[in-house]
Amino acid sequence: MMPEMPVNPASAPKSPERSAVRVLLRLWPYVRPVRGRWLGAAVVAVVASCLSLVIPLVLKWMVDGPVAERDPGGVWRGALYLLLLGVAEALLFGFRRWLVARPLSAVEAGMRADLYRRLQRLPIAFHDRWASGQLLSRGTTDLMLVRMFLAFPLTFLLVNGVTILAGYVLLIAQDWSLGLVLLTPVLPLVIVCSMFETRYGTVARRAQDQVGDLTTVVEESVLGIRIVKGFGRHRSQAESFRALSERLRGTELVKARLLAMIWAVITVVPELAIGAALVLGTVQVADGDLSAGTLVAFLSTALALRWPVESIGFLLAMSQEAATATERYFEVMDAEEEPDTASPTASTEDGPGGVRFEGVTFRYPDAPDDAPPVLDGVDLHIRPGETLALVGGTGSGKTTLTALVPRLHEATGGRILLDGEDIALMERARLRTLVSMAFEEPTLFSASVGENVLMGAGETAAEPELERALGVAQADGFVGRLPEGSATQVGEQGLSLSGGQRQRLALARAVVGRPRFLILDDPLSALDVHTEARVEAALREVLRETTALVVAHRPSTVMLADRVALLSRGRIAAVGTHQELLRSSQEYAWLMSGENQEKR
Amino acid sequence: MTETLPEQKPADGAPPSDPFDQDDLPAPHGATGALLRSLLSAHRTRVACAALVLLVKEAAVQAGPLLVAYAIDRGVPAFRAGDHGPVVAVALGYLLCAALSGLLQYVFVRGAARVNQDVLLDLRGRIFRHAQVLSVDFHERYTSGRLISRATTDVESLRELLSEGLQELVGVVLSFLSISLVLLWLDLGVGAVAVVSFAPLYLLIRSYRRRVGEVYTHRSTAIAGVIVKFAETMNGIRPVRAFRREEANDAEFAVLNRRHEHSNGDALLEMARYVVGSRLVANTAVAGMCLWGAYRVADGSLELGVLAAAVLYMRRLYDPIDRLGMFLNSYESAAASLAKIAGLLAQEPGVPETTTPLSLPRRTGTPGRQVVFDGVRFAYRTGGEVLPRFDLTIPAGQTVAVVGATGAGKSTLAKLLARFYDPTEGRVLLDGVDLRDLTTPDLRRGVVMVTQEAFLFSGTVAENIAIGRPDATRDEIEAAAKAIGAHDFIANLPDGYDTDVRKRGGRISAGQRQLVAFARALLADPAVLILDEATSSLDVPGERAVQQAMDTVLAGRTAVVIAHRLSTVEVADRVLVMDSGRIVEDGTPQTLVTADGHYAGLHQAWRDSLVG
Repeated sequence: MMPEMPVNPASAPKSPERSAVRVLLRLWPYVRPVRGRWLGAAVVAVVASCLSLVIPLVLKWMVDGPVAERDPGGVWRGALYLLLLGVAEALLFGFRRWLVARPLSAVEAGMRADLYRRLQRLPIAFHDRWASGQLLSRGTTDLMLVRMFLAFPLTFLLVNGVTILAGYVLLIAQDWSLGLVLLTPVLPLVIVCSMFETRYGTVARRAQDQVGDLTTVVEESVLGIRIVKGFGRHRSQAESFRALSERLRGTELVKARLLAMIWAVITVVPELAIGAALVLGTVQVADGDLSAGTLVAFLSTALALRWPVESIGFLLAMSQEAATATERYFEVMDAEEEPDTASPTASTEDGPGGVRFEGVTFRYPDAPDDAPPVLDGVDLHIRPGETLALVGGTGSGKTTLTALVPRLHEATGGRILLDGEDIALMERARLRTLVSMAFEEPTLFSASVGENVLMGAGETAAEPELERALGVAQADGFVGRLPEGSATQVGEQGLSLSGGQRQRLALARAVVGRPRFLILDDPLSALDVHTEARVEAALREVLRETTALVVAHRPSTVMLADRVALLSRGRIAAVGTHQELLRSSQEYAWLMSGENQEKR
Repeated sequence: MTETLPEQKPADGAPPSDPFDQDDLPAPHGATGALLRSLLSAHRTRVACAALVLLVKEAAVQAGPLLVAYAIDRGVPAFRAGDHGPVVAVALGYLLCAALSGLLQYVFVRGAARVNQDVLLDLRGRIFRHAQVLSVDFHERYTSGRLISRATTDVESLRELLSEGLQELVGVVLSFLSISLVLLWLDLGVGAVAVVSFAPLYLLIRSYRRRVGEVYTHRSTAIAGVIVKFAETMNGIRPVRAFRREEANDAEFAVLNRRHEHSNGDALLEMARYVVGSRLVANTAVAGMCLWGAYRVADGSLELGVLAAAVLYMRRLYDPIDRLGMFLNSYESAAASLAKIAGLLAQEPGVPETTTPLSLPRRTGTPGRQVVFDGVRFAYRTGGEVLPRFDLTIPAGQTVAVVGATGAGKSTLAKLLARFYDPTEGRVLLDGVDLRDLTTPDLRRGVVMVTQEAFLFSGTVAENIAIGRPDATRDEIEAAAKAIGAHDFIANLPDGYDTDVRKRGGRISAGQRQLVAFARALLADPAVLILDEATSSLDVPGERAVQQAMDTVLAGRTAVVIAHRLSTVEVADRVLVMDSGRIVEDGTPQTLVTADGHYAGLHQAWRDSLVG
């Protein structure tokens, strides 16, 4: 809604001396597997260009030789040569494209797959900071720029560079003094180009970041569509979008102005040199120092170099855009993955069973320094097989505490033991098979109901487990009525379910694998009273077999638990049964009944 | 380029596959071309100017060889004769041409970019505005990922066409025309060979367009699939991690990614085929022309000099053939994307805004308004009747609680009242005015709905609350937050109300988000407030605060409350129990509790849930 603030923690490039070349060199690991084909294509491109230069020579030879001499055999031979050369040229052109067609698409896809893989494994805290639109634009438009760079500018910078060099050698060989005249613009052009590169890079980067912001607004406008509609804000939403797109348009126009300028300079400066050479040459011819034929040959070579030189402007621009896109890509790829302190020989201390929090502290890595920690020395023990309810005011850190157990966030201090084993020393994958969770917000993925639920279980789980879990969550009834039962597609690309239905499926997912440890974050909030009662009854059976932590907002949920812990100001303020706490803790009584107002 | 753009075939008969699943929304015949024309029509003059600039620039560039010829033919003898005039003229002429071509290049690039960017701005705006008007129902099926794809990658492919297309097209047409004419003028026979060679070229181009067009349609669908999966994973990163979905996701993503990679490769290979084919035709034609010309020279019916000139032009005739290929490539890519965009734009908004608005009568007495459902029937377009026939009158200022099982039609009732949908039959009236006759601003001053999903937009907390009323002052925003009990937690955020919800320390729990959503509603101060399970994540004190705010800040408003918690229902003036789209019980909470009905049962269950 408020696009004035670009949501991008790393928008501006930091080091001023970043060089496009150095950034682009980072692409090497991705290009390496296809280097043979790419190089082959570059060689073919050079050969094809040479061939294209030979064809006019053959034409000239035909006109001057066989045609002029009226030699029919020679004419046929010439035409045959032409045809053969033509066929070779056509095949080489196609060959070059064929060589790189699949590999370059593979480079792009490989980079995208790597980005996706990396993003799935970056800390949750990273995702909290980055708007997904920024991540998406890196995975789409930025990578397309990189592919285009590898396909076109990289090859043609090489081919044109070789052509220009060869051209200069020819020019200087033909007449060194006139050749030197044509060399004079090289230095100023190099300076102008490098200045252009820096400025263009900055603007290109800005444009790419703005595309990311735009992506974010589009995404949010869909995710928040009910709010937009509920408040009739689609017009102001459209205005924000327009403001952002206008900003992007402004940046693109700055880019165009820079490109126009460099292109004009690159067009004019060599032309001036050619003009000077023409005048000087004419004078030399007039003075008899130079033959007219040499001058013509010299100038046609110079004119032939026009396109390779002119094209450098936009080739540089495209390379620069690819460089900033690469930079954006690696900003994500350089973020640290969570280190997995895998110690397969885990320390199975003979500690007490269940879940034990020992002096657990937590502050978000990006929290301001003066902010108090969210959790400040939590000591808590959930006995094996016990169900503990966690109660606390809004924003007291209940959800944060639950996120520490499967290590979605890492505790900053203290430790958490599962059956005596420190979770910090466990492999995450193993930890997460032990601990199952139902989140506050029930997210379903684009898959069938059955697949969504069975995500919570091991590979072997199948129909019986699914049915049991759906039964526990009282979801068997509505699932049975779906068009294709548990094979019905749900999630973003499927049937949309009500909040209560989603919550029940998320609950089923949490219990389907009969986890040793179960964490439920306010699991019944969206259920109606009747369903809630039925789910509670069924859930009790499940909770009997597992050690569970249940975040509770109201007495009905607390009833699931054997004991209750009250979380207040980052610590466990009290532990006891519901009745004990109602009597002993005013805060608890207030949270449970909303009455007892003297607390406020 | 006289052919029409490729169209998506309108779905005929009973479609076995859902167009939404296939990302293949039908666009009416001709819509793609019409879209492109309507985008460009506003810029016709500027496009023409740009083309003209390009033309003059080409002329300035082509003057170079002429000046060389002039310098050698005239300048040298004159200089020898002591007349420096022609050489000076050449120097000046060359200077002028160089300056002119540079200047025109500059003007063209900037001018073309301006047109280009204006078109893109227009198109992005159209997509976004249209998407905003489409129903919630639509968005639930279309997904945010596809819309992102339409507004970014699909727009991007039009950008490629516009930024290079004009220059290439003008260049190609110019060369083909001028050189063909020159050849025909030099020698009719040689010219005829050139013209004849256009026939296979035409066939080649046609087949290329058809084939690559298909590839690009696939590609556009494929990249949207990639984006949808990507967005879904990022938005659900917590469950992804907790349930160890990473590897399964990698595998699923690989399939989608590979499909896109494959289309990309296909497109490049089509281009390779085209280049080989067109070069073969061109080079064969050149050889043929040479042969023909050489025999004519041998006959003596053609001058050697003419053949020499013709031969030089022949090669140049086919030079732009690759550029034509590139143009066609970006054209087809853009056409495939535009077809998808046209399909989106062709979707009818479920609730069109009225062109002849009526205004609401001034409120008298209570700030609330009367709500009437008059013979309302509602069925989703996908089939399945939800509200069979429904009559209901809610007097101004009344708080009505609606209870019933999932699927009883409670949310549909709320959505009809909020005009997320229009009834299939009948009317929904606000103070006697049909909702369909109200402008959006009037409607939203009248009716506001708070839903269960408390989404926060990126931006500050204050900005998020201000969605309720964009012109609200900071004091009003804070007052709304205070009234709902959200002030304390907001004040404790690192930057208070100015905390960016995505930046340092801006984490906000589900319960807190619902409070922010309520603050929005308070700020909007509607005549009718709809709460659709809007308190589910609140704890008991939070729920109390909401009730208090409704009693004080929103006193006298008409309210429709859909809630599971009967604590909210108890304070209602009236309770409706719904079942299968019908009202089965209607009365005050007190009377319904004593009656032996559905509500009494619910109430008993709720009371049981409270004990302990």
